[in-house]
Amino acid sequence: MKPLTSRPPFYWRLRPFIYRLEGSRCSVCGHFHPLNRVVCRRCGSRTLERERLNNAGRLVNYTVVHQAQEGFEKTTPYLVGWVEMDDGTNLVGQLTDCDPQDLKVGMTIEMVVRKLRVDGDSNLIVYGVKFRPLVQR
Amino acid sequence: MRCFLCGAAVLKVDEHWDKSLAELMAEAGLRALEDSNLSTVDHVFVSNVYGERLQEQANLGTFLAEELGLKNVVATRVEAGGVSGLAALYSAATVVRSGLSKAAMVVGVEKMSDGTLEESISLMTMEERQEYIGSFGVSQLAEAALLYKEYMRRYKVGAESIAYFSVLSHENSSRCSHAQYQFKLSLESVMNSPMIAEPIHRLEATAPADGAAAIIVVSDDLAEKLDRTNCTLTGLGFSNDLPVAFDREDPLAMEAVSTAGRRALEMAGVSRSEVDFLELHESYSVMSPLMLEALGFTERGQACVKAEKGVFGLSGELPINTFGGLKGRGHPVGASGVYAVAEAFLQLVGEASKNQVAKAERGMVVSMAGLGAYAGAAVLEAVR
Ligand SMILES: [Zn+2]
Repeated sequence: MKPLTSRPPFYWRLRPFIYRLEGSRCSVCGHFHPLNRVVCRRCGSRTLERERLNNAGRLVNYTVVHQAQEGFEKTTPYLVGWVEMDDGTNLVGQLTDCDPQDLKVGMTIEMVVRKLRVDGDSNLIVYGVKFRPLVQR
Repeated sequence: MRCFLCGAAVLKVDEHWDKSLAELMAEAGLRALEDSNLSTVDHVFVSNVYGERLQEQANLGTFLAEELGLKNVVATRVEAGGVSGLAALYSAATVVRSGLSKAAMVVGVEKMSDGTLEESISLMTMEERQEYIGSFGVSQLAEAALLYKEYMRRYKVGAESIAYFSVLSHENSSRCSHAQYQFKLSLESVMNSPMIAEPIHRLEATAPADGAAAIIVVSDDLAEKLDRTNCTLTGLGFSNDLPVAFDREDPLAMEAVSTAGRRALEMAGVSRSEVDFLELHESYSVMSPLMLEALGFTERGQACVKAEKGVFGLSGELPINTFGGLKGRGHPVGASGVYAVAEAFLQLVGEASKNQVAKAERGMVVSMAGLGAYAGAAVLEAVR
């Protein structure tokens, strides 16, 4: 069966978050939520504003994944990082442009948009946010 | 919340290529019915998570009723990820307790061998927020690996101490005739198995499995009339948390597990020290210490030390996963919670055979959806 998540409208709808880390910030307690929200999950307030997270943060920890989920069979091993963005929001996502030996807990990372996978019979190419060690320029 | 469990059935967890989802749940349901000496029930609840995806089958309650030749009964499927089994038990207990039902059947069933290993990793990830975790190319397995690393870092615990929980589970499943894996594991073989998401080895996670288990829940008066040793369900508790662990204030806290456990014990009027055995939801090895600590059975960071002292073995102070738990008995997801309840029943009526916990008077079953997104707990007691 074709997974719902490999259908174009699913990704089209998610573009603000999976391309730009856009979500909803609570005006009362400041908590950031991925995606659209009407109620703050932390304090219950109903005043939330659209906001885009800063691009940078730090690496809390990471793992090398060898056992893939569906659609990622050809990408193993891949890296997944737990990151804390500059505003304190914690996210998990794939790490790119680096090898495990380049990674250090606490290092600065930035978000980039990369190809995540190629889906199903229609060869839908799915892009989305990944993180990489910040390149000093 | 007192009601009675008066019959149970557990099919061998396996790859049942020759049996359909319907056949598995019918076999378990029928055997539980026979075990209880009842001829019929008026409610059936099916606990199942992946039927729509793997078998393209919905409306499982009605199909179970048809398989069992039951007519004019209430029949529903219940789904709450890994907590599905206890959620179905909650439905059965509330209808029996309210007087709407005299006898209710709970059947947990899952048939994962219809999918690939990669699909099973994706299916487990359905308990996470798909729009965020799934679309970022992250699996629940990868998230569990990050929690495992954080546990090691925070409490200065080595991977071997956590992997030891797989050894413990297999110790019990090696003597259990309905277990998926009826052999012991050495710590070396766990540590030498391939890494699936570092630091998680293959033998620290569950494998896709088919299985079905069933229990019969009845009211006080009906329990008295039946010629069958029974046990009582005295406490049930549930609680939710933010679904994605990394959105929580402390991803290791497992607050839903703490709250569900506390509520179930309070409802039963039982203290932790009175619990004789514990069935956990160790979808990954590190979930055993995390749950033991969240439930308050050990101090934070101390579960591994206690495990190595033998506290959690079958003849220890607090036996856990007495038939092998998710790792050893197997994890047919929608059925796992019902297996655990059926196993607690077997312990409390003294029919646990080679897995019998001596003088088992009270047992607790704890299930979890995702990595602590939702949790349920049940306290069951022997009738003396
Ligand atoms: Zn708020």
